[in-house]
Amino acid sequence: MPSAQVNATRMELTRQKRKLATSSRGHKLLKDKRDELMKQFLDLIRENRALRKKVEEGLMQAHGSFTVASALMSSEMLEQSLLYPKQSVDLDMSFQNIMSVNVPQYQFTTRSADSGEVYPYGFATTSGELDSAVDALSSVFEDMLKLAQIEKACQLMAEEIEKTRRRVNALEYVVIPDCQSKIKSISMKLDENERNNTIRLMKVKDMMLNAEIEERRRRTAEAISQSQD
Amino acid sequence: MYKIAVLGDRESVLGFQALGLDVHPAETVEQARKTLHTLARDGETAIIYVTEQYAAQMGDEIAKYKDSVIPAVILIPGKGGSLGMGMRNITDSVERAVGADIL
Repeated sequence: MPSAQVNATRMELTRQKRKLATSSRGHKLLKDKRDELMKQFLDLIRENRALRKKVEEGLMQAHGSFTVASALMSSEMLEQSLLYPKQSVDLDMSFQNIMSVNVPQYQFTTRSADSGEVYPYGFATTSGELDSAVDALSSVFEDMLKLAQIEKACQLMAEEIEKTRRRVNALEYVVIPDCQSKIKSISMKLDENERNNTIRLMKVKDMMLNAEIEERRRRTAEAISQSQD
Repeated sequence: MYKIAVLGDRESVLGFQALGLDVHPAETVEQARKTLHTLARDGETAIIYVTEQYAAQMGDEIAKYKDSVIPAVILIPGKGGSLGMGMRNITDSVERAVGADIL
């Protein structure tokens, strides 16, 4: 890649060399990070798929029962039955750090621990199908929370992997080759200067030698002509 | 303490009320959109379950919250059955991360 204008100086050369060393190190580290992220991401994705399938099936079953219940009961009655829930859910959230990605972890506590306590209505006026709908929902609920956690983790990790991948590529295909070509051009220029200098010195030395030889010849000739007199 | 919200048409979400979740029935997509924004902005709702039937028409809004930790917007099938959007979302994140669908 043709580099933009660079100063062909030793200082610039050292700077570029240092930059190349940092970039190569960064490239290696980011590549390792990407690989590890990808490994964990693929595990999560597999889990996500299985869980989603399970949740969707559970929910469809609950919806089925619910539809039957709503056909058997008037909609007012249905709404009234569910209006005041006995159960309530508190959600706590903490974070887990997976390769510098902060992933939420949900912990939930239900107000009453007894799973038989989920029906907020009396059994006299409601259909049995409603019971099974609520039952199905409460049994799928734990998986739904786990699904939320894993799916969010997947989304966040996908973003991080995309970022890391871009960085790795930028370093590999732009920064490092650019640096290398700059280093090459600077060192070539410096070598050229060095040779220039050597040649100049040789030339000057030649000229000085020639002058000295001329001078000695002149003196010898003078001395000879004096001794002949 | 965070809350869990469920957003969708009345019949799909009513059952979740028995579990003690925050249920927000919406009659129209427009209403669902508004509710989603209010819920996302209050900072107390950590998870929002949205039925796929509504989510299908709220793609942009949902994509907006994809990269933020709170809230997690998770699609669930409504009473009309699964549209396969949830699974497609997983494939999308794989594509985003890897650059191709490798599974």
